[in-house]
Amino acid sequence: MTSTASAPLTAQGRRPGRSWEHQHVLDLDDFSVGEIETVLNLADRMREVLDRRIARVPALRGYTVVNLFYEPSTRTRASFELAGKVLGADVISVTANTSSVVKGESLIDTVRTLRAMRADAIVMRHSIAGAPYLAATNTDASIINAGDGAHAHPTQALLDLYTIKSRLGSIAGKRVVMVGDISHSRVARSDMWGLTAMGAEVVLCGPPTLLPRGLRAQDRPAHAESALPNVTIETDIDRAIEGADVVMALRLQSERQQRGLLPSLHEYAQLYQVTAQRLAKAKPDHVLMHPGPKNEGIEIAGAVAAGQHSIIEEQVTNGVAIRMALLYLLSGRTDLPGDGGSVTSEARA
Amino acid sequence: MTTIAIHNGHVIDPALGQDGIADVVIVDGRIARVGPGEGDAVIDAERIDATGLVVSPGFVDLHTHLREPGFEGKETIRTGTEAGARGGYTTVCAMPNTMPALDSRAAIESVLREAEASARIRVLPIGAITVGRQGKELTPQGELQAAGVVALSDDGDAVADPSLMRHALEYSTRFNLPIAQHCEDPSLVRDGHMHEGWVATRLGLRGRPASAEETMVARDIALAELVGAHLHICHVSTAGSVALIAAARERGARVTAEVTPHHLTLTHEEVAFADDYVHIRYNTNAKVNPPLREEADLEALANALRDGVIDAIATDHAPHGVNDKAIEFDLAAPGLTMLETAFGLSMRLVHEGRLSLPTLIERLTIGPVRTWRLDEIPGLQGLGTLAPGALGDVAILDPDAEWTVEPEAFASKGKNTPLGGKTLRGRVVATIANGQIVHETERMVAL
Repeated sequence: MTSTASAPLTAQGRRPGRSWEHQHVLDLDDFSVGEIETVLNLADRMREVLDRRIARVPALRGYTVVNLFYEPSTRTRASFELAGKVLGADVISVTANTSSVVKGESLIDTVRTLRAMRADAIVMRHSIAGAPYLAATNTDASIINAGDGAHAHPTQALLDLYTIKSRLGSIAGKRVVMVGDISHSRVARSDMWGLTAMGAEVVLCGPPTLLPRGLRAQDRPAHAESALPNVTIETDIDRAIEGADVVMALRLQSERQQRGLLPSLHEYAQLYQVTAQRLAKAKPDHVLMHPGPKNEGIEIAGAVAAGQHSIIEEQVTNGVAIRMALLYLLSGRTDLPGDGGSVTSEARA
Repeated sequence: MTTIAIHNGHVIDPALGQDGIADVVIVDGRIARVGPGEGDAVIDAERIDATGLVVSPGFVDLHTHLREPGFEGKETIRTGTEAGARGGYTTVCAMPNTMPALDSRAAIESVLREAEASARIRVLPIGAITVGRQGKELTPQGELQAAGVVALSDDGDAVADPSLMRHALEYSTRFNLPIAQHCEDPSLVRDGHMHEGWVATRLGLRGRPASAEETMVARDIALAELVGAHLHICHVSTAGSVALIAAARERGARVTAEVTPHHLTLTHEEVAFADDYVHIRYNTNAKVNPPLREEADLEALANALRDGVIDAIATDHAPHGVNDKAIEFDLAAPGLTMLETAFGLSMRLVHEGRLSLPTLIERLTIGPVRTWRLDEIPGLQGLGTLAPGALGDVAILDPDAEWTVEPEAFASKGKNTPLGGKTLRGRVVATIANGQIVHETERMVAL
């Protein structure tokens, strides 16, 4: 349907003149506060659709979404499939392999082929950071980054923002603590952009071997101060959690121990597991999050994962609503049933 | 008898201490006379008006990847030397990471044969340090030297095994061959694809820390001092390496070093940012090993080049095909094409007042020649100078000419440069190699 073929393609493609200008969703680093709010407000309405007895509206009928997954994923892929189907889009999933590069099928070829089959949006998961940017500069289909290496996972970040906002009322001023393998976490990277944009205080906590360099303002030159979000680094979990509104435990892959980044999973759990005892130092009405899949007994104690502060399952449900909102915005459509006019302009008002 | 007379140029020959207006006369492939009015004294000459231009000895590159044999899709001896000619180079030293690697007499001889047939400028081969560049067994250094290699290197990879490196250095003393090492510890750079620092963190890419280079520089200096060998450090990229090299030279160690134009002028920000810090990119044309570093490194490198701690500018010209670069960042081949932009890019240091033009020319001409004692090779006496009797290798330069880099117009097959579309100030107007004009632009005025 939509084609902007005459415009030069860039990873940061914008479609001026529309109420929603982003052609792609690659990360939150180039989202304004207003744009984030547009997504969150629309997600509210999508959540309402999702909670209906028959969750199905024809808003994206004739819109084709291809899930292009170069890395295994259960939850993100299912979430996008459901989001598309609830809105009546045609959704197919393709499991690709980076080894296809060896056979001469490059990423650019694959994306162009899918576009030639009239894919409107390509949801891409890839083990290499930046792969969706390569795709975005080579197609006029909308590219949605569903996780690229250790770089970004913007739809996860948006669902995190939405979940925090719906549970705590607002994001501004909240102390959000992320604990674990920050270095390899695309969730942490996207979350820190979204959270700081919305005015949260972000604390990153993990062992020194799992904290990326350059996050402290003094680690980069003054002229590049804005090139990374303003966050606090803490290696002591008890200090980090003190006064937290939100605690998010990140998945620890056992491979980190094998590669010598950690002495043992046992010591990791001793020093960094989110436990009830540690959460006692957080604010009384704190919430506990996890992007999943979680290793109970490693980064998070089973009891707290299922406890009263946990909003982990709500994150999953909200993930569908957020992805519905993004697909709808990228489609450029303005005829959500039951809607008097443009969703986006109303959401912005 | 062919004669070329270059009139009225600003002749800069650092080896002879020449720095003033003069004519240069080349007769039958060799420098005949240099001096004011000398050109008027010859008859029947091809005449070039160099008024307002700089005339220098032809440039010498210690570090060129010509890709032939094996990777002719990326570059050939013909196209690579044509690129060199356009860049003011009259001699290039060809790295042995070809297929097969240049690790035998037969391989060296085949390169020299092909160069004889198709090269536009002089090609001096470099042999591999280890068989197949596998880092396991030493190559026959005596046989390689007899075949014509000017140095040994496994460039692209480091010789990682310290004991093997020690023996390579030790054995080389018998032949007085420089051992040129690509210093990056493979264990410390594993899976890394750019400089480890805040830009890599922004992009979510794994990094290659400065210390991966520095630990190997320190190790290899210690090994070279142990056995009294000549260690040459390829493409130095960090301030820490500069300090190690300076201290080693202070002690009298036989350590020399080169730096590339891109490590002198571009930072790791080149990978991620074009116009602002809001939008990112994954610029595979700025992916190179060792990686582009930080401002403080650039400053230390420029100072070291000025002070002579670094002996030479070398291009590390590394052409690749489009399909090697238009892919995911981690999969993209490292390296960038540089011969045609080396002078213009290096001139940034001169225009910024951080290096004098004669010093820059020194580091492009006699500097590299002395580094590897190339002028001691039979037939190459006077290389890198305009001394009477020296090879007729001349570059005619316009230090102030601005031009826009158009990769599609490169002679090199490799269009992989982060400089595409950028303006450089400093241009090679013409190149004369062995008394033949091998490159000329419209700026060159024949009389």
